[in-house]
Order: sequence, then C-alpha cells, then structure tokens
Amino acid sequence: MSHAEDDPSTRRDFLYYATGGVGAVAVGAAVWPLVNQMNPSADVVAASKLRVEVDGIEVGTQLTVLFLGKPVFIRRRTQIEIDDSEAVALEDLVDRDAQNPNLPDGAEATNLNRTMANFAGENTGEWLVMIGVCTHLGCVPLNEAGDYTVDGVGAWYCPCHGSHYDTAGRIRRGPAPENLWIPVAQFVDESTIVLG
Amino acid sequence: MSGIPHDHYEPKSNGEKWLHRRLPIVELLYNTLMIPTPKNLNWMWIWGIVLAFALVLQIVTGVILAMHYVPNVDLAFASIEQIMRNVNSGWAIRYIHMNGASLFFIAVYAHIFRGLYYGSYKAPREVTWIIGMLIYLVMMATAFMGYVLPWGQMSFWGATVITGLFGAIPFVGDVIQTWLLGGPSVDNATLNRFLSLHFLLPFVIVGLVIVHIWAFHTTGNSNPTGVEVRRTSRKEADADTLPFWPYFVIKDLFALAVVLVGFFAVVGFMPNFLGHPDNYIEANPLITPAEIVPEWYFLPFYAILRAFDGEVWVVIWANWLTGGIVDAKFFGVLAMFGSIVVLALVPWLDTSSVRSGRYRSSFKWWFWLLGFDFMVLMWSGARPIEGIYPYIALIATTYWFAYFLVILPLLGIFEKPLPMPETIEDDFNAHYGKPDADGQTAASPAE
Repeated sequence: MSHAEDDPSTRRDFLYYATGGVGAVAVGAAVWPLVNQMNPSADVVAASKLRVEVDGIEVGTQLTVLFLGKPVFIRRRTQIEIDDSEAVALEDLVDRDAQNPNLPDGAEATNLNRTMANFAGENTGEWLVMIGVCTHLGCVPLNEAGDYTVDGVGAWYCPCHGSHYDTAGRIRRGPAPENLWIPVAQFVDESTIVLG
Repeated sequence: MSGIPHDHYEPKSNGEKWLHRRLPIVELLYNTLMIPTPKNLNWMWIWGIVLAFALVLQIVTGVILAMHYVPNVDLAFASIEQIMRNVNSGWAIRYIHMNGASLFFIAVYAHIFRGLYYGSYKAPREVTWIIGMLIYLVMMATAFMGYVLPWGQMSFWGATVITGLFGAIPFVGDVIQTWLLGGPSVDNATLNRFLSLHFLLPFVIVGLVIVHIWAFHTTGNSNPTGVEVRRTSRKEADADTLPFWPYFVIKDLFALAVVLVGFFAVVGFMPNFLGHPDNYIEANPLITPAEIVPEWYFLPFYAILRAFDGEVWVVIWANWLTGGIVDAKFFGVLAMFGSIVVLALVPWLDTSSVRSGRYRSSFKWWFWLLGFDFMVLMWSGARPIEGIYPYIALIATTYWFAYFLVILPLLGIFEKPLPMPETIEDDFNAHYGKPDADGQTAASPAE
C-alpha cells in the first residue's frame, strides 16, 4: 500500500472497501435471524384478540381476564367512583395523558377519556377497562386498595413498590410514571367486549 | 510471567522434551502453579479459591440438574419437585446448587471488598479489576436467570420486574423488553431462553476467570501492604515471595475446608433459609406476591433501584434537564447500573498513590462506613417502601455514590499516609518473626 499516497483511490482500495462492505452486509444478514428468533413467535403474535362476556359483572366489581399473558381489569364502576374521578383536576395528575389507544394521541386523562362507551355508544363512565400491569415494573395492582379509594371502594395499589392509582386508574403517587394503560377494546354487542 | 525472578521449567525426560517442542503446556501449568506469591498474604486472600470451587460446584451440580429439569411453564415447577422427591440424591444436588449461588456471592463480595480495602485495583492491576467486574456482572445475570427456572411466584415476578428494567429505556424500551421475553409478558419462550443462557453463561465465566488469572499473573499478586515484590534480584524476590504450590495451595485448601463446613451446615440443616417461601408456590400471572423480594445478593442494588421516586430532587432535576426523557423509573434503573459502573471505575476514581488501606488513616473509616452502607442497603432492599425505609435507602444510596465520586477522589489529595514498610520482607518479619542466620524464616506458630 506504500504507493497509495500517490493515488489515493486506486483500484485496489476500491476492492478492499467493496469486499469489506459486502462482508459486513453478509455478516449482518447472517446475524439478523439469530437475533430475530428471540422476538415473539407466530403463535404468540396470532393470539391477539379475546372476546369477554361482561353481563355477569355487577356494579362495583371487577373481572380480571388473562389477555396476551397479562391481566386485564374490567371494572364496572359505581356512581361514587365516577363522581370521585370526575372531581379530580388535571393539574393534580402525574400523567395527564389518557393512555387510551382508542382515542386520538394526546387525549387528556379526564374521567371519561379513561372509560369506554357501551354498545349504544354512550360513555357514562361505568366501564373502565385497563391492562392490570403497573407501569413501574409490571406487577399486578390490587383493586380497592391504596390511598385513593373512596371509603374502600375503587382505586388500585401496587404492592411491589407502592404506586397508588385513583378510581380511574390514574397514577397519583409512587414510582410509576404513567396511568394504567388501556387496551384496544370495544363492545361488539350488548354484553360482549372484544379486546385487541 | 509476572517479571519476578523464579525457577523455570526444564523438560527432563524424553517424553517431556517431545511434548514441550510440540505444545509447551506443562511449562504453562508449571509457571501458573509455581508463581512467586507475596508471602505476607493474609486470610482475605483465600476467596479466589473459594470462588473457583463455587464455580466448579455450580457447573457440576447444574449440569446434573439439567438432566432432570423440564423447561416448560406447565412442567417446570413439577420437575423441580420430581428432582426433590424422586431423583436419586436429587434433593441434595438441588439444595447444594441453590445454596451454592449464595456461597458464590458471599465469596465474591468478600473478594471485592478485600480489593477495595487493600487497593488491589490500583495500577498496574486495573485490567484484573475490570475483568473481575465483568465476571461479577455475568454472575448476576446467571443467578437471576437461574432463579427464574423453578417457575415459582418469586421466579415469575422477579423476572417480570427485572426485565421491566429494560422497558424503562426511553424510545426503544418496549421493543427490547419484548425481544428479551419473546412475547408480551414472561411466558414459555422466556423460560426456555433463560435455561439456555443459564447453561451457557457459567462457561463464559470460566473463560473470563482464565483471563482474570492471566492478568494478575502478569502483574503479580497484590498484597496487604500494597508494596510491590522486589524484582531486582533473585535473592530479594525470594525474600519477598514463596511459590504458590505448595504454600498457598495448602493454606487456601484449609480455608476452603473451613468455609465448606459452614456451607454444608446450611445445606444440611437450613437449606431454605436464604430462599423465599413464595417460590414454592407455582407461578401465577394473575396474582402478585405481597412483596417481591429478590435473592439476598441482589438486595443492595434493588434498594438503589427503588430509592428514587418522582419527589426526589435529583429526579425532578434530571427530568427537567432531559425534557422529560429521564423519569423516576428510568432514573432508578440508571442509578442501579451506575452503582456498579462507579465500582468498576474505582481504579481511576481513587487518586491516592498509597495502595493499602492499612496505611491510610482516614480512608479506613470511610471504607468501613461503605461496608456498613452495603449492609444497610441490603437490609432496606428487603423492607417495604413505606414510612422511614425509602429515606434510609436514599441516604445509603447517596453515600454509595459519594464514596466513589467524591470521597475517594478527594482523600487522595488531602490525606497524609502513615509510614509504610520498605519491603514485603520487612512486613512479614514484623508479623511473623525474623529469619535465622541461614536466611530461612524461623519456625513460628503462624507457619
């Protein structure tokens, strides 16, 4: 390579770079399947919808179903809980994002932006459907526990690291950064919710 | 190796000469085993042997357990009970493997804190230290994945929390977490890959251990005085050192025997003392245990992880400075990994030219406070996050970082070291008696 100083772009230089470039692409192509095999397999990806019958849920109770390996809370809230979470000012929230993929991005975490409409399209605040995974490190929060229950009704508390969620599943205190996430969900008839 | 004058291997028989010309492996073993070792090494220099033993113990028992274990979410928990009840000696092998992890970590913490006190990490032994830190990291990854395999409640929820750490990384966290788990949550794919990696990583540790030994055989051992072995003449080197075999091998094996008495007492009489009873409940993704507590050896770092919430001023400050990218959760993760990073960087954070804490009047106190701090972190990592505990954890975390980032750099500038012995020989004679007229060390009870 001592003559390269006279002519910096020789044919040999080109061959070095071209060989190196092709080699890098080949190594990348060979490594990618070895890395990608760790991503979710086809059967895991396929199991992404779930129908849930909800007519058996009494007002003031919660049904927990397993969806994609995670619990989903379906809570039919009492008027007390609805009034309580309606009364919270947005300024008092840690996370003002509704965390609701059923709404446009950036929707605010108001009471009714957290809940879902029934089959008739009316959002009364009764149906609160959330992924039951603490946004801190993924534990399952306990229902009707923590500092934000209304006399023991509603609200969630994560026992792992002490995150308190209010009656609309919004983070109020503790290490969790975000409100409990809401899954993609809708009523497909009077008494059935489809998740995913 | 090590540049210390010593005997060299000479192949004697024809067979040895034949092999030596083709593969000088006997010479390599001879030089490794006969390496001149500072003769003033104290009892804190035995943990290396304990660690080597623990590594072999874990590999042997682990390979056996893998012959009976079934990595499937429906069968894993039952296969552990199968090992405990039906496999011949299965209970003993599993209890040894379970408690072997604790033996490994007790030894590694003693080994690391010995290095911190005697300044073993200082030039020219930085590479030995860094490789040691890599071994420690791989050990933690291996132990964590091993704890998931029995598929109990603590296995499952520990895995959920720890893989959740990666989910805290801004922008790419979710993608990385899903990739690690092989799905939206901890499930069969996770269990399978954890078994595969739990089997692989100990062999990576074996490789790193060989490089670790190679590194400190190149520089020579450190010793309690921090004074280097004299290399100027064979006579002086012999006055400072003894060959590793038989002197230190026998000493180390004696220490290992004493340690193993304690170890097998635990294995035999209280095998579940260091474990959590909830791990004998099969994993259930719908129920979180009341308290998720990691194994004791992770508690100090778990305490650091949990110490930060959104109300701590450094978190608020970091959040503001990064425009909200660093939140309380990510800050906790950064602090936890940072606490190990500062430990790894200690060769460059400690500005004192004196190696051994023995001759550093104020360093000693800060060091023992660090040891106490480590215990406080361990204790607070097992407490719930309520009342006074988060504040204790926060104070202890602050001291951990202050020790490495403030105290060590400043001590080197302000501290006046105590008088040190000129040579290892002087230190040895002061402790164990002077040599007689022949130049041989007089017999004394310490020998």
